[in-house]
Amino acid sequence: MTEQPAIRVKGLRKRFNRLEVLKGIDLEARPGDVVAVIGGSGSGKSTMLRCINLLEIPSAGTISIQGEAYAMRETRQGLQPADRRQVQRIRAQLGMVFQSFNLWPHRTVLGNVTEVPVHVLGVPRDEAEARAREVLDRVGLGAKLDAWPAQLSGGQQQRAAIARVLAVDPLAMLFDEPTSALDPELVGEVLSVIRDLAQEKRTMILVTHEMAFARDVATHVVFLREGRIEEQGPPDQIFGAPKSPHLQQFISSVA
Amino acid sequence: MPDIDIVTPLRPASLSRMGRSLTAFFLPHRIIMVLVALFALAMMIRTMDWSWLPAYMPRLWEGLGITMLMLVVSVVLGFILALPLAIAQVVGPLPLRWLALSFCTVIRGTPLLLQMWLFYFGLGSLLGQFPEIRETWAWPYLRQAWPYGLFSLTISFAAYQGEIMRGAFTGVPKGELEAARAFGMSRAKTFRRVWFPRAVHRALPTLGGEIILQLKATPLVATITVTDLYAVITKVRQDTFLTYEPLLFLVAVYLCLSGVLTVLLRWMESRVPDAR
Ligand SMILES: Nc1ncnc2c1ncn2[C@@H]1O[C@H](COP(=O)(O)OP(=O)(O)OP(=O)(O)O)[C@@H](O)[C@H]1O
Ligand SMILES: [Mg+2]
Repeated sequence: MTEQPAIRVKGLRKRFNRLEVLKGIDLEARPGDVVAVIGGSGSGKSTMLRCINLLEIPSAGTISIQGEAYAMRETRQGLQPADRRQVQRIRAQLGMVFQSFNLWPHRTVLGNVTEVPVHVLGVPRDEAEARAREVLDRVGLGAKLDAWPAQLSGGQQQRAAIARVLAVDPLAMLFDEPTSALDPELVGEVLSVIRDLAQEKRTMILVTHEMAFARDVATHVVFLREGRIEEQGPPDQIFGAPKSPHLQQFISSVA
Repeated sequence: MPDIDIVTPLRPASLSRMGRSLTAFFLPHRIIMVLVALFALAMMIRTMDWSWLPAYMPRLWEGLGITMLMLVVSVVLGFILALPLAIAQVVGPLPLRWLALSFCTVIRGTPLLLQMWLFYFGLGSLLGQFPEIRETWAWPYLRQAWPYGLFSLTISFAAYQGEIMRGAFTGVPKGELEAARAFGMSRAKTFRRVWFPRAVHRALPTLGGEIILQLKATPLVATITVTDLYAVITKVRQDTFLTYEPLLFLVAVYLCLSGVLTVLLRWMESRVPDAR
């Protein structure tokens, strides 16, 4: 293989005290891949995603972004990041979209989108604003620049959160159930934005309960169960001809 | 005057914004309340003795000035002090956290009057025993009463506000801070750009109430010989042997002050964007 994987996870384990949540995960996303992660509640999907940008600190295993592994060191409390600056630098290249949007309510939509470019990446303000207008236009919020997050619907907030990620032009995007907190009639507008991004070959890892959508946009589907990858493969195989009985059961239960 | 604007029929054509908010204000029950108040005022002016008022006016102004000074300075300094108190309790190392917590608990758990007396009669006379202190530039101030009053008021406001800010800091939703971290913000920047402004924002609605409580605490300085408005009124009562008139006057002034403060803070709050 010639191409460097954008995200590579090897032997990832994570325990919370006594509870082992991830029991050895290997995962790769090459540039342009859309990896959909599915699985039951509590199977460890969020935890896995959060380990990728070190919001959770892995108990074991390595994670590399564009070939660069997080430098970790052993301490008495387990692994700890060895170089905070490296972590911050890598995080800034991984945009995360949360289930609960997590916009900053004290900044306008424009302020939310320019925040990271201006205050983390050091982009000049006018440049950042021009870019922000562009990405907000793309997600259909060109008219909401000066609105406060609290004035937006859930779907609009989530699209603003996606624009906030696009503004940093990330190497890869991490979505944690981006539509689970939305009213059913607002899900579509967010999914259509994500679909556009998938079509323009943005690398993403997408934790979702929207099976039809996963089947539609994913290049690769991973089924997580009890902290392990139970089955993975192209969407048609996973959804069309699942092998594991658990996966079969899972698919029929959500369909 | 055009009566109906056909293009935008829903907009009242000629009523100004001011006029509209005035009509909205004067609801029947409010009109009755205003009339009752006016009647009471008229009765007071007619039947009571206000002849002392002109003679004491300059002193009353002075007293009001001292009351306001005590209020404003103690609120501003107290608020500035409250921040480290709150931050220490939220993210400080254990000894510092403990120290800030005990400070707030002790100050909030004991009467302000007692603190003021301890500072004035206790600390004040203690300081006077050291010739080194008597010779410094600070002594001319330290031998007066107002620094002790101001100090007590400031400390007290800091303790209460520190507790409120602590709550405000811990109340900022974790997700907002997590988003900042996820985008590569350093801890310091997360604090500066998200945590701190959000906490202040959340504490703002209670700030008005706290300031009014503080206003009502200022008369305590009269007990350590600071001549604020309350002290001046006490003097009036001693001089004139009047009981009710000076006290009613005091009520009116404090009411006006709280009213003005309330309106001012409402306005400030309305200028800050609404957030969850
Ligand atoms: N901070 C934490 N401390 C302790 N246990 C945790 C923590 N975070 C997650 N867990 C546990 O880890 C397990 C996996 O959680 P995770 O959130 O990764 O599941 P998930 O697959 O995302 O589920 P869902 O579909 O409900 O979001 C759960 O049993 C959860 O209780
Ligand atoms: Mg989850």
